[in-house]
Amino acid sequence: MKKSLVLAAGIIAAPVSTAASAGTITITIPRINASEYHAPYVAAWIEPAGGGQARTLAVWYDVDKVGNEPGTKWLADLRTWWRKGGRSLKLPANGVSGATRAPGAHRITIPTNVKAGAYTLHVEAAREDGGRELVSMPLTIPAANGRASGTTEMGAITISAR
Amino acid sequence: MTAKSLFLLAAAAIGVAAPASAHNAWLLPSITVLSDTVQSVTVDMGASTAPFEPNHQPLPAENVKVWAPDGSMGKVENASRGRYRSTFDVKIDKPGTWRIGMENNGIGGTFKVNGEPWMVGRRRGPAPAPGAAAPAMTPPPAPPAASAAADAAGGRPRIDPSHIVATIDEIPAGATDLDLTETTGRNEFFVTAGEPSDTLFKATGKGLEFVPVTLPTDLVSNEPGQFRFLVDGKPAAGLEVEVIPGGRRYREADQAQKLKTDAQGLLTVNWPGAGFYWINASHTDDKPSNPKAAKRRMSYTATLEVLAP
Repeated sequence: MKKSLVLAAGIIAAPVSTAASAGTITITIPRINASEYHAPYVAAWIEPAGGGQARTLAVWYDVDKVGNEPGTKWLADLRTWWRKGGRSLKLPANGVSGATRAPGAHRITIPTNVKAGAYTLHVEAAREDGGRELVSMPLTIPAANGRASGTTEMGAITISAR
Repeated sequence: MTAKSLFLLAAAAIGVAAPASAHNAWLLPSITVLSDTVQSVTVDMGASTAPFEPNHQPLPAENVKVWAPDGSMGKVENASRGRYRSTFDVKIDKPGTWRIGMENNGIGGTFKVNGEPWMVGRRRGPAPAPGAAAPAMTPPPAPPAASAAADAAGGRPRIDPSHIVATIDEIPAGATDLDLTETTGRNEFFVTAGEPSDTLFKATGKGLEFVPVTLPTDLVSNEPGQFRFLVDGKPAAGLEVEVIPGGRRYREADQAQKLKTDAQGLLTVNWPGAGFYWINASHTDDKPSNPKAAKRRMSYTATLEVLAP
């Protein structure tokens, strides 16, 4: 009994959200009418609002393509993400990297070990035979609701507290 | 026209002339930022009035050296020479920042033997104007007659082809009025695979050196780039550096900038836009490493890619 009370006290005292997740980011990949459509490469990352190290939350690329022209070849097309932190990431990264996603809404959970504070969320998309778009929006931890949208390669991006 | 001058002129026409000093030597890579280590970069190199526009003369790919991030030397592959540019590939198979380009050293100039004018080294036409990269290159061996004829065309005293020696060691004893200039030059670009590294940017303390503060493959058009220049390890204050963007045909102004380094030898460049830029700096002083030379002329040229933000 005493032991579990001590444990509970430790969790409440921690400076991070006590919820199961610190919030959810929903990224909508737009449906694009192209004769040869390829799902875009997408990277989502946060940077402290005042400047500082970037942390990648998700990167979706052709993980399965290997050989002479592996899927990694085009990661640098996500040029802002690549410069800000993508190039330091060892890929594949568990819980972060994955395959490209089809058009539609996709959820990313904000990790609970992100320190509370003001951040900027960046979502960048680059598509084969298509363009590139970067959408940035403020993000606070613990998360409050927010919404932004791209116009060409990225759809709506919503942040929700749960 | 005397038979002799006719011969010289004809020889000049046949010989491969060294690039004239008004032309800029450049290397243009296909890419500078790679996300893995299984790709190659393909490079054009030439000399022309406007950087990156191949319309005048190729440069020798045999002179290119490849410095890999781990200190080893890489390889030039698939070299070929066209009318206006040479091309080659380099496999970028190690992570980090690579330096690829030409490094040239030479001594040239004039002296007198029994009052007769003699010459040493490969003549490159009239005295180089500041900012020209021509002295930084080693042109293909030009027959002495061609060089002498170029002198004639430039209005300088004609030098008999028999009065030219290839190296300063061949200067006859008793030579007088030595007017020799030591020239060193570097012309390069940078490629980074994965995370950038700065292992190749440690200053050696000799000559004119480029020590980037902003990593050269980390340039974005909405952030200034900062680069330090050193001469013999000390900050080169007040050094004139020319920064010329490519893509001249697609806009009005040429957008070339003539900048100066500050008291700490630091150059700050604000980029008018994204794209490839040619930067060139040269410095002449009287501290050559070779005692026979009176002057030292050092030049540094680089191709930088500035990405859109």
